[in-house]
Amino acid sequence: MYELKFDEDICFACGTYDCLVKCQHLELDPDMAGIEIEKIIHSEDSFVLHDCVTCYACEEYCPNGNHPFYLIVQKQEELNIFPLPEPLIKQGVQMGIPFRGEPEIQEINGKALNMGVFSQLTNRVQGRLFEGLTIMSDDPRKMFHYFCQLMYLHYGKTSVINERLKKVIDTIAAHKVTEVVHFHDECFGTYTSYAPAFGIDVPFKSIHLFEYLFNKLEELKSDIKPLNYKVAYQRPCSSRLSSDKHRFVSKIFDLIGVEPVDREYVDENAMCCGATIMGQKKEGSRQYCAEIQRKNIEDMKSAGAQICVFNCPACMQTLGKPVSKTGIMPLFMSDLCRLAIGEKVA
Amino acid sequence: MTFMEYKYKDSIHRCFRCGYCKFPTDWGTVTNCPSYARYRMESYSAGGRLWLIRAWLNDELQWSEHLAKIVYSCVSCKNCVEKCPLSFRDDLVNMVIAAKTEMVEMGMLPKPVKSFLQNVQLHGNPYGIAAKKRADWMVGLEIQPYQGQEFLYYVGCEGSFDNRAQSAARATAKLLLKSGISFGVLGVNEISDGNEVEMLGEDGLLEDLAKKNIRQFSDLGVKNIIALSPHSYNVFKNRYPDFEGRFNVFHYTQILSELIKTGKLSAPDKSEMRITFHDPCFLGRWNQEYDAPRKVLRALKGIDLAEMQRNKKGALCCGGGAGNFLTDFLGGSDESPARIRVREARDVKADILAVACPNCLTMLEDAVKVEGLEDEIKVLDISEIFCQA
Amino acid sequence: MGSIYNALIEIVGEDYASNRQEELFTYSKDLGTSEPQWPEYVVAPKTTEAVQKIVRLANKEKIAIVPLGGGMTLAGLALPLKGGITIDMKRMEKIIEVNESGRYMVVEAGVSQGKITSYLHKHHPHLMHSEPGAPPAATVGGNLSIHGQGDLAHPYGFNSDMVNGLEVILPTGEIARFGSCAIDSGWYTMHPLPDLGLFLGWNGSTGIITKVSLRLFPNKKIREMDLFAVENEALIPEILYELTHVGFSEDLVAFSSEIPPMMNKLHSISIVITGDSEEEIEFKRHLIFDVKLSKYIRSGVGGIAAVSQDRQRPQISKSADWKKGGGFEYVGAIMPVSAYPECYRRGAEISARHDIPYTVLGRVIGSSHGMMFSWSYAFNRADPETVRHAREALHETDEQVMELNGTIWKPAVFGQKLMMDRMDTNTLQLMKKVKNLLDPNGIMNPGNWEVGQ
Repeated sequence: MYELKFDEDICFACGTYDCLVKCQHLELDPDMAGIEIEKIIHSEDSFVLHDCVTCYACEEYCPNGNHPFYLIVQKQEELNIFPLPEPLIKQGVQMGIPFRGEPEIQEINGKALNMGVFSQLTNRVQGRLFEGLTIMSDDPRKMFHYFCQLMYLHYGKTSVINERLKKVIDTIAAHKVTEVVHFHDECFGTYTSYAPAFGIDVPFKSIHLFEYLFNKLEELKSDIKPLNYKVAYQRPCSSRLSSDKHRFVSKIFDLIGVEPVDREYVDENAMCCGATIMGQKKEGSRQYCAEIQRKNIEDMKSAGAQICVFNCPACMQTLGKPVSKTGIMPLFMSDLCRLAIGEKVA
Repeated sequence: MTFMEYKYKDSIHRCFRCGYCKFPTDWGTVTNCPSYARYRMESYSAGGRLWLIRAWLNDELQWSEHLAKIVYSCVSCKNCVEKCPLSFRDDLVNMVIAAKTEMVEMGMLPKPVKSFLQNVQLHGNPYGIAAKKRADWMVGLEIQPYQGQEFLYYVGCEGSFDNRAQSAARATAKLLLKSGISFGVLGVNEISDGNEVEMLGEDGLLEDLAKKNIRQFSDLGVKNIIALSPHSYNVFKNRYPDFEGRFNVFHYTQILSELIKTGKLSAPDKSEMRITFHDPCFLGRWNQEYDAPRKVLRALKGIDLAEMQRNKKGALCCGGGAGNFLTDFLGGSDESPARIRVREARDVKADILAVACPNCLTMLEDAVKVEGLEDEIKVLDISEIFCQA
Repeated sequence: MGSIYNALIEIVGEDYASNRQEELFTYSKDLGTSEPQWPEYVVAPKTTEAVQKIVRLANKEKIAIVPLGGGMTLAGLALPLKGGITIDMKRMEKIIEVNESGRYMVVEAGVSQGKITSYLHKHHPHLMHSEPGAPPAATVGGNLSIHGQGDLAHPYGFNSDMVNGLEVILPTGEIARFGSCAIDSGWYTMHPLPDLGLFLGWNGSTGIITKVSLRLFPNKKIREMDLFAVENEALIPEILYELTHVGFSEDLVAFSSEIPPMMNKLHSISIVITGDSEEEIEFKRHLIFDVKLSKYIRSGVGGIAAVSQDRQRPQISKSADWKKGGGFEYVGAIMPVSAYPECYRRGAEISARHDIPYTVLGRVIGSSHGMMFSWSYAFNRADPETVRHAREALHETDEQVMELNGTIWKPAVFGQKLMMDRMDTNTLQLMKKVKNLLDPNGIMNPGNWEVGQ
């Protein structure tokens, strides 16, 4: 089976323990952090394993790319310290089982746009920005064959990911794709961060949606009319797995003439949408989730945001309605880009 | 045709007869299926009809005139498609049309349907009036024959031959002339667009008409078509491409909307007029166009635009579709959909019931008369409203 | 025959009476697994007087009559078991009166549930009625004839507990009223006398309900559905007990199904909460999840699967098409809440044997006083084998309900017999006496609940 490429010596030599010290949800000073990381490495019970909200941020905080979050999740499973109650884990694991027949594999022999489990969102990838791109996984009945599985990091279940991921990669590869643009940021993270971290081979090149959008916008630069909106960006947890691509957010904003508002929860300090925190076992999780959501949205509002730009459909599902209740319009990045080139969005 | 040859053999049994198809979008009434509104027997509801079709094709029931009447009482309004929650809903009207096609092929048709189709075949229009009279509607107007202008103004059979609808055809032409846009008409060379013919199950005749029209349009260099009727708009836009006829198709309200926006057409004063708009099925539910007619109406100065309870996606069909403006399977009762509709216009205290379709125009105006509401409500095409000083 | 048909046309008009094969075929069919039962005539009257004339005609001609509402019982209860006249009541759909301060509305019994929901939403948004789980085309009269329950079952009981008055046409043709309306005092209460309790739940075999006064209840501005999931079915009764102690839920339904795979062998409780403000809703969420249910969450045996989900009214269900076959039928039983685990297990077992994905749910009635437990069996209408399997599964389930000391709710003839075989003989005899007294000619939906068959 697949082993996590983790080097414990790097952690032992780490002086800053940024992974835990910078954590927005746990209070640890460097001394405590050093103790707890050692416990984790040695498969001993640590409160970090119980209290981790699974926001993925420590994957970004670690300056050495030593995968602290993947380690935490592995240890949670090893020690039976699951963040979520058992029925929710079972539900999540069962959800990923395809049951509507096999997918139709049509050879693409080129670039594709992979919708993953968001086949119902093909409306979000229309227009000139996506011309010439063959859409993969546009049939909701078959979408779980393209499910990147990374959601199970919130469930303490790297075993499920490792069991299923190869088959999904094979399904995508069977389309004979050269390059795959992933609609969902988490799919991109799966194939460029998780898979290499566990030594899982990925026989296609992955392109981040925002990098793709930026390049496309550059091609259509003469059609761009500055939108002049004030925007807040809801950075998803999965973005922490591809922090080198986060720069495309501001590059796109510059290009299309929107102003990112000056707010607290940005970049490294972004606040996750809280979707998976709500159901966690730890006492007070539901209220904690409501609190961070409230703070996040208030932060956007008080900074004067007119639009909240979403990357991830799960964030949109969780925060879209509460955001719009405050008068801020929720929009996917792809739709914002379409508006910038004068297209109407459904 | 045996059941195994029926195009929808794998899905017609999936109708549960749950009855969602009877309701409009706001659930306010069970009479949004026009034939069910008229007859209130389950056999005339969308689900009941499908069960009967399946039983007939399965030889459980014999063909009868009554069965044919039930099948042909579907006026293709698509309310069922709009409301059915199940995944095969897009095919619901097609399932009925396919059954009509089987009756056409058997030659077992209600008389009015037979005449309709024979007239279209022989005369290019369902009225059976000589083709040479097709241009009579434009006498006295300075309209040019189509010879490569920017737009072809396609009038359609009702606008050409029906007394009442001719007024809408003329009013639309006057507005186009006034705005200065470049257009021409086919005059006596115009033939049926084929939309109703298809809704009546005669797909062979539709193909024939479509190919003839496409040949004529192409030979003349037509690129853009303005349709008076949403029925024409629908078939040109959605079916003619299947026969390699690709044109830019507009309903006249879409053109008026642009003309008003760009200042090429000004709106008259309609203050102290309360107007309500009846959404035509072939513009609304068939083509999701609910805005253009309203934009045009809102441009009227001083207008008080009221919405009927059932509007937009939930509008009650006037009952004129699928040729029923002539075959009249839903008339003869105060529960005929057209009469229900004008009563709804009365309920919102409208002075004018505005329409954007010659079918709706004739159906609703007749209904106003039968209801004795002539002194209270005027049924007018949007083009007529704009032409009034 | 000819004279009956002409007489019916005389009463309702030519358009609304039929003896043609197409109507008879359509009305012979139940949407479930029942075999077709053909009427000889179908009529659709619009007024109480017209129905009365039809009833009198039936008595004169000794021909059976069957009142039909939406036809959604899925138990063949509106199929003419002994031929006769099917009376489609759905043209009697007027909303006669809404009394806001008294919180009731008077309607003709053929009105659809959807129309009521829509009407109240538009004109009296602070009021709501209890909407049954059937599609919105179901009627008020039909639902009351079977002691239906709806989405207010937990706080307020059966839909038939929410009636303030009735107008009924007796099988012999007289019109009678029950409740305060019978003494001309308005329609605000059913109890005390003259409330004779003879028409609710009698499956249309003792008379035809023509008017109903329905209780209305406070409708709040915000409504949400939250979901709580457990794996162990044995926990459901105690969790429901806890939730019904808290109160504050508008509707509580525990359910489990094999499809989609996500739900398989898991049990979810749908908890509907309403409030006039976000504070009210959050307060209720707090009491339910942070206080009452937190022990299950902390120990990991139960979890909050979703909050703040939309809850549409009328509710839309796609379950009819699960086998891509357009059909399903269910056994509904009124069970003690404590029976949920065993009901689920037996249902899953029966379903597996008949190759039907299991689907069960239990809607709480009152303060866990009982639940309407349903076992759904989907079938493909185009495949008679699957219909047979569904029918057998239904019959086996009826028998299981009896074994579990439950009560079959709205049984078809098969289930009626099981119930009657077990019934107290004096009660059974009294049922017979009442029926004979009311319906000496035996014309009122004969074949259903017939004692001594």
